[in-house]
Amino acid sequence: MFSNILIYFVVIPLVMLGLLAICRDVKQIRAVAVTGSSALIGLSIWVLCEYLRLRAGGNTDEMLFMGSWSWFTPLNINLAVGVDGISIAMLLLSSIIVFAGSFASWKIEMPKEFFLWLILLSTGVFGFFISIDMFTMFMFYEVALIPMYLLIGVWGSGNKEYSAMKLTLMLMGGSAFLMLGLIGIYYHSAPEGQPLTWNLLEIAQNDSISKGWQYFLFPMTFVGFGVLGAMFPFHTWSPDGHASAPTAVSMLHAGVLMKLGGYGCFRVAMYLMPTAANDLAWIFLILTGISVVYGAFSACVQTDLKYINAYSSVSHCGLVLFAILMINTTAMTGAIMQMLSHGLMTALFFALIGMIYGRTHTRDIRLMGGLMKIMPFLAVCYVIAGMASLGLPGLSGFVAEMTIFVGSFEHADFFHRAFTIVACCSIVITAVYILRVVGKLLFGPVYDEHHLTLTDATWWERLSTVTLIVCVAAIGCFPNFFANLIRFTFDPAFFRALGM
Amino acid sequence: MDYSQFLAMQQEIGLLVVFLLVFLYDTFMPKRALGATAAVTCGLFALLTLGGFAMCVLDTTADAFSGMYQTSPIIVTIKNILNVGTLIVLIQSCQWANNDFTSVRRGEFYELLLVTLFGMYLMISARHFLLFVIGLECASLPLAAMVAFDKNHYESHEAAVKYILTAVFSSAVFMMGLSLVYALTGSLYFHDIYLTLTEQYPVMLCVALAFVMAGMGFKLSLVPFHLWTADVYQGAPTSVTSYLSVISKGSAAFAFLVILAQAFGTFYAGVWEWMLYGLIILTITVGNLFAIRQKNMKRFLAFSSISQAGYIMLGIIAMNATGTASLMYYILVYIFSNLAAFGVIQAIENKSGYVDMDDYKGLYKTNPRLAVVMMLAMFSLAGIPPFAGFFSKFFIFTGAIEQGSIEIYILVLIALINTIVSLYYYLLVVKAMFISPDECKIAPFASAATERLGLWICVAGIIALGIVSVFYNSLLKISEASYLLPLN
Repeated sequence: MFSNILIYFVVIPLVMLGLLAICRDVKQIRAVAVTGSSALIGLSIWVLCEYLRLRAGGNTDEMLFMGSWSWFTPLNINLAVGVDGISIAMLLLSSIIVFAGSFASWKIEMPKEFFLWLILLSTGVFGFFISIDMFTMFMFYEVALIPMYLLIGVWGSGNKEYSAMKLTLMLMGGSAFLMLGLIGIYYHSAPEGQPLTWNLLEIAQNDSISKGWQYFLFPMTFVGFGVLGAMFPFHTWSPDGHASAPTAVSMLHAGVLMKLGGYGCFRVAMYLMPTAANDLAWIFLILTGISVVYGAFSACVQTDLKYINAYSSVSHCGLVLFAILMINTTAMTGAIMQMLSHGLMTALFFALIGMIYGRTHTRDIRLMGGLMKIMPFLAVCYVIAGMASLGLPGLSGFVAEMTIFVGSFEHADFFHRAFTIVACCSIVITAVYILRVVGKLLFGPVYDEHHLTLTDATWWERLSTVTLIVCVAAIGCFPNFFANLIRFTFDPAFFRALGM
Repeated sequence: MDYSQFLAMQQEIGLLVVFLLVFLYDTFMPKRALGATAAVTCGLFALLTLGGFAMCVLDTTADAFSGMYQTSPIIVTIKNILNVGTLIVLIQSCQWANNDFTSVRRGEFYELLLVTLFGMYLMISARHFLLFVIGLECASLPLAAMVAFDKNHYESHEAAVKYILTAVFSSAVFMMGLSLVYALTGSLYFHDIYLTLTEQYPVMLCVALAFVMAGMGFKLSLVPFHLWTADVYQGAPTSVTSYLSVISKGSAAFAFLVILAQAFGTFYAGVWEWMLYGLIILTITVGNLFAIRQKNMKRFLAFSSISQAGYIMLGIIAMNATGTASLMYYILVYIFSNLAAFGVIQAIENKSGYVDMDDYKGLYKTNPRLAVVMMLAMFSLAGIPPFAGFFSKFFIFTGAIEQGSIEIYILVLIALINTIVSLYYYLLVVKAMFISPDECKIAPFASAATERLGLWICVAGIIALGIVSVFYNSLLKISEASYLLPLN
């Protein structure tokens, strides 16, 4: 079991949990958090290199580093792992954000409990991305959800009890539908007489879910994951939750957890039930189209920095689902790029907002101004994040959104094109709310004289932000590398089933 | 009469031996030795539990008294599960049994408890309604005395009266149903009833089934037969409440499965499936909605246990081996989770007398360990992974859906949506302990060694029962090999 390297994505966080439990003081806790998250980054880079090496060597298996260990044998539940380019991209993203998040919560109160929950959350995230067994996947998915309640409830700010409860219940509500969908898929996973299976690849190969059942199970799973992907009208947990969460949790949640939704929609709902995906995509396209535009408009009128960014996340994550539903290689590549891009830049945003809030003790943009003079480093980082968000070439947002819209426009019919144009409008609206914040917050006269005494970023804050900026720029400058990593892994059989 | 057939009843005989030894110890030992009664009972019962597990390796299928009594590996297993739960209850109750008010009567407490367990054994093993009713009465009536055990508390008396009236009334209803069944079939053997009843069912049979289900519904506190539950749970001493909520409920659930499958198995489709369908929806929903408003922790857990009973029933409505195994697994996990919650309540009640949810505010600051155990119990009851409750919920849903009809999908969806409601109120407890900023009412204290031992066992169970797959796998193997369900 331990000869498979993927299993260490779960083992390392578990070891970290064990070590954190016996830590005595804050220095040891930081040491564990930093060492562990660095190890995770190292591991994901290593997996990436190995993966590229194997692919370059002509390995065309759908998934690599596969491993399967029997767990609940009579029900054929296995601890099955395997990754393709998409999972590796997600693992890389998660480990970077866990790393940056650890530095962003350097001075948190009650560090022991905080990091215990945070690392439990990341155990769930990593486990989710390496699993190819639906049961294991779902289990890790729920492991990632529940720590949010305490992380927001205890360490959050503002109306935290309400937000924490709302977020947890809505996400768990989604997973209720999801659980029914997954069990339903299991009982239709193989033709009559053959053993049933939870394994995603085997189910896709069997392709034995009848059309009628697909129509029932597809919406269940898609909505189930879509709630976490902030699909309209199930996005309302997102602004409240993100606004109340502590910095690192906002980063991890918007950066990684919301990607679980998109990834799950793609990996489970679309991949296993292509017929229904093709036939029912239009319903969800309308919903995600609404979330793209609605999220952007909502961000325009907010005055709380975190609310602005949370609504912007709704818009950008809506774009991920929107692109996935376009069902062609270009748009789907764009969707994965957008997941990466949004994950990094939104984590950067939330980190910066947390740092600014830690100094000014307000997040209301009407009460701040001229921060560029006071904390130039943070302000410049904020501008970079903003530029990435509104799609400046050279940064990640441009690459992702460009690919998505080009891919969507490949559809020749009126419906898809009309929705592509509507979604494109979100770019303009994004520019409106980003530039409004940048202008009001960073430039102009200093609003509050007390702010003049504030200091610029400390070393750990610089480390956290610079890591993220480097990654954002890397995607923007070398899009081909990531696009190839992802594109190679789209299963040709998947598109064949869709008649493409 | 062939006396050797008594040998089939090894577990019952073992339990009677324990009972007699405890009785003799309590009656004849000198007064200074009586302090050890609790320890002696726990020790003897632990031996019995171990013996039960040793029996698992043998092929124990046998019957006695021309088929009135039956035992098989699955029955041995469910009795073992109940034994484990009872052992935890015994350990947790040591502190309470030895306090100044209770210690004069602690012998009676253990004797009554063992007798009720004997009754439950009979209910599970009975294949004839006469024996079943003996078991049912034997399990219900002494419990009323246990509920009334806190002589100094008015609530305890009130609870006992409510309990005994309900128990007697439900027995009467149950036997009314039985007499109708007897009128139809001329036999009280499960198997005869199963063979005699044909596909054309008379209206009278539906009436009889309704009476039988109502009688068992009282015992299991299914809605709308649940009204006694909250008051009794609140009034009874906490040790008795925890026993009532897990062991009594678990055994009744399994006995219910046996009756429905073995006696009325032919009338699953279209008859009792729909009766149970309605009961499950009502039970889960009403239990959940009422639990939200509860302030007293014991009342709160009473309503939570009502809705949990609804989930357990999903294992019955599945009518397949997966469902049966999941039902037993659910009971096992539920025993550990609920006893952890009751263990914490008991420890706090013994020390400070507080039982309201508001009193638990800030518990994490003063008693972090108890708060964490309570949180684990709540997460497990709510079905949050990686704790055992998640696995038991998942498997009970899987078992139900294996049945395959679309109405079962709808039922499971309703149950799943209800898990969200239940998550809300379980999180309210977590919120009170961890998040609420109020003053901490409960001062820091060290709980008694026995209470801690009980809680450690529960925590180990909550963590290990799910992740370690051997428990569920072996339960599934046993239930697939048994002849509990009709073959068709």
